[in-house]
Amino acid sequence: MTRPTIDLRPTTQPPYPRARPIHAFFTRPQVIALIAVLLVNWMLFPGFFTITWQDGRLFGSLIDVLNRGAPVAILAIGMTAVIATKGVDLSVGAVMAISGAVAATLVSSGVSAPVAVAAALGAGLLCGLWNGILVTVLDIQPIIATLVLMVAGRGLAQLVTEGSIVTFSDPVLVFIGTGSILGLPTPVVIALLLMIAATLAVRRTALGLLIEAVGVNRSAARFAGLSAGALLLIVYTFAGFCAAVAGLIVAGDIRGADANNAGLWLELDAILAVVIGGTSLLGGRFSIPMAVLGAIIIQAMNTGILISGFSPEFNLVVKSAVIIVILVLQSPLSARMFRGRSGGNSGKAK
Amino acid sequence: MNRSLRPLLATALIFLFAYLMAVGQHPGMLSTRVVGNFLTDNAFLGIAAVGMTFVILSGGIDLSVGAVIGFTTVLIAVLIMWVGLHPLAAFAVALAVAALFGAVMGAAIHYLRVPSFIVTLAGMFLARGGASVLSPDSIGIEHDFYTAVSRSYILMPGGGRLTVIGMIMLAVFALAILLAHRTRFGSNIYALGGSETSAALMGVPVARTTIAIYALSSALAGLAGVVFSLYTSAGYSLNALGVELDAIAAVVIGGTLLTGGYGFVAGTFIGVMLQGLVQTYIVFDGTLSSWWTKIVVGVLLFMFIVLQRLVFRAGPRRT
Repeated sequence: MTRPTIDLRPTTQPPYPRARPIHAFFTRPQVIALIAVLLVNWMLFPGFFTITWQDGRLFGSLIDVLNRGAPVAILAIGMTAVIATKGVDLSVGAVMAISGAVAATLVSSGVSAPVAVAAALGAGLLCGLWNGILVTVLDIQPIIATLVLMVAGRGLAQLVTEGSIVTFSDPVLVFIGTGSILGLPTPVVIALLLMIAATLAVRRTALGLLIEAVGVNRSAARFAGLSAGALLLIVYTFAGFCAAVAGLIVAGDIRGADANNAGLWLELDAILAVVIGGTSLLGGRFSIPMAVLGAIIIQAMNTGILISGFSPEFNLVVKSAVIIVILVLQSPLSARMFRGRSGGNSGKAK
Repeated sequence: MNRSLRPLLATALIFLFAYLMAVGQHPGMLSTRVVGNFLTDNAFLGIAAVGMTFVILSGGIDLSVGAVIGFTTVLIAVLIMWVGLHPLAAFAVALAVAALFGAVMGAAIHYLRVPSFIVTLAGMFLARGGASVLSPDSIGIEHDFYTAVSRSYILMPGGGRLTVIGMIMLAVFALAILLAHRTRFGSNIYALGGSETSAALMGVPVARTTIAIYALSSALAGLAGVVFSLYTSAGYSLNALGVELDAIAAVVIGGTLLTGGYGFVAGTFIGVMLQGLVQTYIVFDGTLSSWWTKIVVGVLLFMFIVLQRLVFRAGPRRT
């Protein structure tokens, strides 16, 4: 199919439209929610905000929240891009298991760490590309296309590790999971860098606009001369890459690859983070930094529940309550109620 | 023959072919014992997959079925062992709770106009969380009724045992086939899956049907929980983890179109049996590890999705 492709570089840089005053940032619902959760944690555990400097790195509950939240934040970065195109990627948890399995198996069989890391990232890219091909070339609904890899992925990961939990003590991989750069844990630094790079890529080039265009209406975007297929391929491949990075971090953290449990149900956390971040599930409106903030909110809630002595499973109840509140707030029903008589043509969104 | 039956026929042929191949390698698989175990071991999956078939036929998806099964097993265990109810009373309570749970999800999907997978995702979290709040540990069930049920079966020729839970599954499939193809509710489901707008314009009660579909799916997941509880004699919040994926896979392999509006409950039965066949084959073979099940099911899922795309792209447009 030969269709005109769009040059991704903008010809003239428009004035950056998102320069808002600082107080606008603090009145965002996500920021208010995060501050509220942190305050609750602080009331439950007075030492929550204490951060100490020890052995050349920062320690403290707040740092711990960031560190534990990093894998989901990284998944959320890729997931945001996918959801912005009106898709969803259910396979990221399984891809995490595959990437961890590849890295651990290679390292424990004597391959040097950089090669193992590259192979793991390559496996993630391949998985993402597979999803992208199913969605674009075969034109399958994203939720179903990625379901294939979600079902088969853990089996593939177990095939790589031959069913056992492969442990390793390679310094490079362990550094990715538990090391520190300039006092901050490595996962936090990786998540930050990835977030900044992705945000710049979508907001400083036309890429973000193109993703939104495909998300709002794929056929219209194609008729406007956009190669929607290529864009979707890039987006799903990027999500696979993010999942591979998260998988490396989790494997490095526990110094082993657990094909059954690495990244289990994290795809759902990632989707939740993206939704909390205000990205519309109907495509077209997205924010990567807000999704990362959503991941941090989820982790802050997890930590709060652990501190308060409830069983970790109680988390699930809280999470479902959060989803329900967001759904009610986002629904056309409540939009109509808030807007009153002015909302004339809302309703039939489907 | 009717060309709309072709995908169903293809699935049935593939199952027969796979079964014959398996029998060719392990002649022991051709016995009523194996068939009886097929039915018993996959009973909970089959019942849950029936509910999933209705949901997918209507164009939605239900991610909460595994969690509802887990929740039901815990609820039943708590009601029998701690409250002291008779198992049958506990089953009735559990089924009612599950149906109400599904009805609330259906109402949320219809009135809040959110994609079904997000609502049922919240339902999944809620059911798993609720189950572990009830009891984080596994509760064993000891009751005369359970021993009586596990001891009663019909002996098939050849020594195979048709257990009570196997019969429950067969009965559910028979009733579901009637419900889908012989009732107004069934036609409404197909209409919704074809196009919600057209269905509404034709006078299908969209709200009532959507709520009933999800209530039915959750009630069947509850029944699957009852069967699971009879099967394992225990209640545990992490029971049936990931069964929703197996159920979706069974529905798709059974030839139901994922966009809704087209498919057969009978196909789902073959889909469940095909998954059971893969598992049994791996047990018989002995050298293959259990993770091959996931890979083979994934490959089958992929094959059938591609097959559907090809069939429906090549064929004339349905109206």
